[in-house]
Amino acid sequence: MIRMQPSVENTRTIADSDAVAVERTLAGDRDAFRVLVERHSHNVFRLAYRMTRNRPDAEEVVQEAFLRAYQKLGKFEARANFGTWVYRIAANYAIDRMRQRNKEEARKMEPAVHEEGAENDPVALVHDAAPTPERLTQNTELRKQMEIALAALSHSERTAFVMRHWEGCAIEEIAAVLKSSSGAAKNTVFRAVQKLRLALQPFVGRGTQARAMGTDL
Amino acid sequence: MKHMTEEELIAYKEGVAAQRAVIAQHLAACQECRAELERIEAVLAALDTLPVPNPGDDYGRHVWQQIAPRLPERPARWWQEWFEFKRLGTLGAVAALLVVAFFAGRFTPRGPKVDVVATPEQIRERILVVAVGDHLSKSEMFLVELSNAQPNSSFGKLVNISAEQRRAEDLLEENRLYRQTALQEGDKVMANTLDELERFLLDVANSPDEVTPAQLEKIRQKIEARGILFKVRVVGRELQERQKATKHAPAQSDSTKIERNKA
Repeated sequence: MIRMQPSVENTRTIADSDAVAVERTLAGDRDAFRVLVERHSHNVFRLAYRMTRNRPDAEEVVQEAFLRAYQKLGKFEARANFGTWVYRIAANYAIDRMRQRNKEEARKMEPAVHEEGAENDPVALVHDAAPTPERLTQNTELRKQMEIALAALSHSERTAFVMRHWEGCAIEEIAAVLKSSSGAAKNTVFRAVQKLRLALQPFVGRGTQARAMGTDL
Repeated sequence: MKHMTEEELIAYKEGVAAQRAVIAQHLAACQECRAELERIEAVLAALDTLPVPNPGDDYGRHVWQQIAPRLPERPARWWQEWFEFKRLGTLGAVAALLVVAFFAGRFTPRGPKVDVVATPEQIRERILVVAVGDHLSKSEMFLVELSNAQPNSSFGKLVNISAEQRRAEDLLEENRLYRQTALQEGDKVMANTLDELERFLLDVANSPDEVTPAQLEKIRQKIEARGILFKVRVVGRELQERQKATKHAPAQSDSTKIERNKA
């Protein structure tokens, strides 16, 4: 997991300071909210980018998340962690944005000729785009495969994977975003990793060989 | 030696395994499972190399500049939302209904006086039984329709299930609420059934808008394989019985729930 884990003391200090900023914002001090925005923007951007896989959408998610957080700040429980709360708002909006983006892209696409059982199958999609062995040794090709595999996950699978694997979120947090039970959220993480593995394992093996030969991933 | 499943190894790697110590112990002794775990780790390690662009040191300031002009003067307190214009209409409608109900009660001829007075717990139980019963009926209808759906396009073409997705999303919201309530009430049978239903609804809600006939068939097979429709029917019928019973009888006692959970 890549999420930076601040020390317990730091976390407590930030949370306390967040709580003060929230209270001041509710009292009408807009600059206090600025502190919260500046403090949490990078983390929210990272989550949003990992979920949407493109920068303009990620930036839109960040802005919308803070706008919504401001509007709903009255409902924020003082005991809760503002960072986690805004994270949840961002993840929810990112899911909406991904759905919207899919619909826009589906409308743009020409109707394609489909083979029975193969279309919309994430794994089949990835394999269809499989490059030749020569190209596989190239770093950019492996990245492309990984982007395709991530894009082929369902919205909830991608959300669960990003939140758990990269952001280190608790299963309960993921379940709250997916509006599911903890068991279902755990299952979604499993399905995501299983699909990614199925799609990428053949390429990762070769990538590892390439690395051993001195080519970076 | 019984090997670990892929699910257990992924759960272990992602730190969500229920029996972490048991898996760790097995891994220490089993080379085959260790090798399998390494293959999973290799894929995840490759994914970890995907870069995230750095938005810049002054990104927070940039976000603030973008949103500041769009922020209202001050955020609403939770109670202020109750007095929003949109809600005032709803509050007015509820108040009007209460007034109508009061006068209807006063002027309606009464039957013979019944001695039994329902406690708040009984009333709550009745409301829950009716609400969950209604939810299960809707879910049952949804599952039946999905099981019997015929692709309305020619062979090999995509079938649009966006309407079903929306219904699944609506049912999901309710389902989550009732599952949590069932858990709080200690009704494990109900909570488990709703949990299974929730997983299925989530699958449908997160499917692509358009699926192939083969994928639709897979969805149907899931209903059958997991016995979801059967379980929903059984619990639904049981609720109907409870609904009849609670009309004139005291609310179901905790001991009854314990008996059901045991069963």
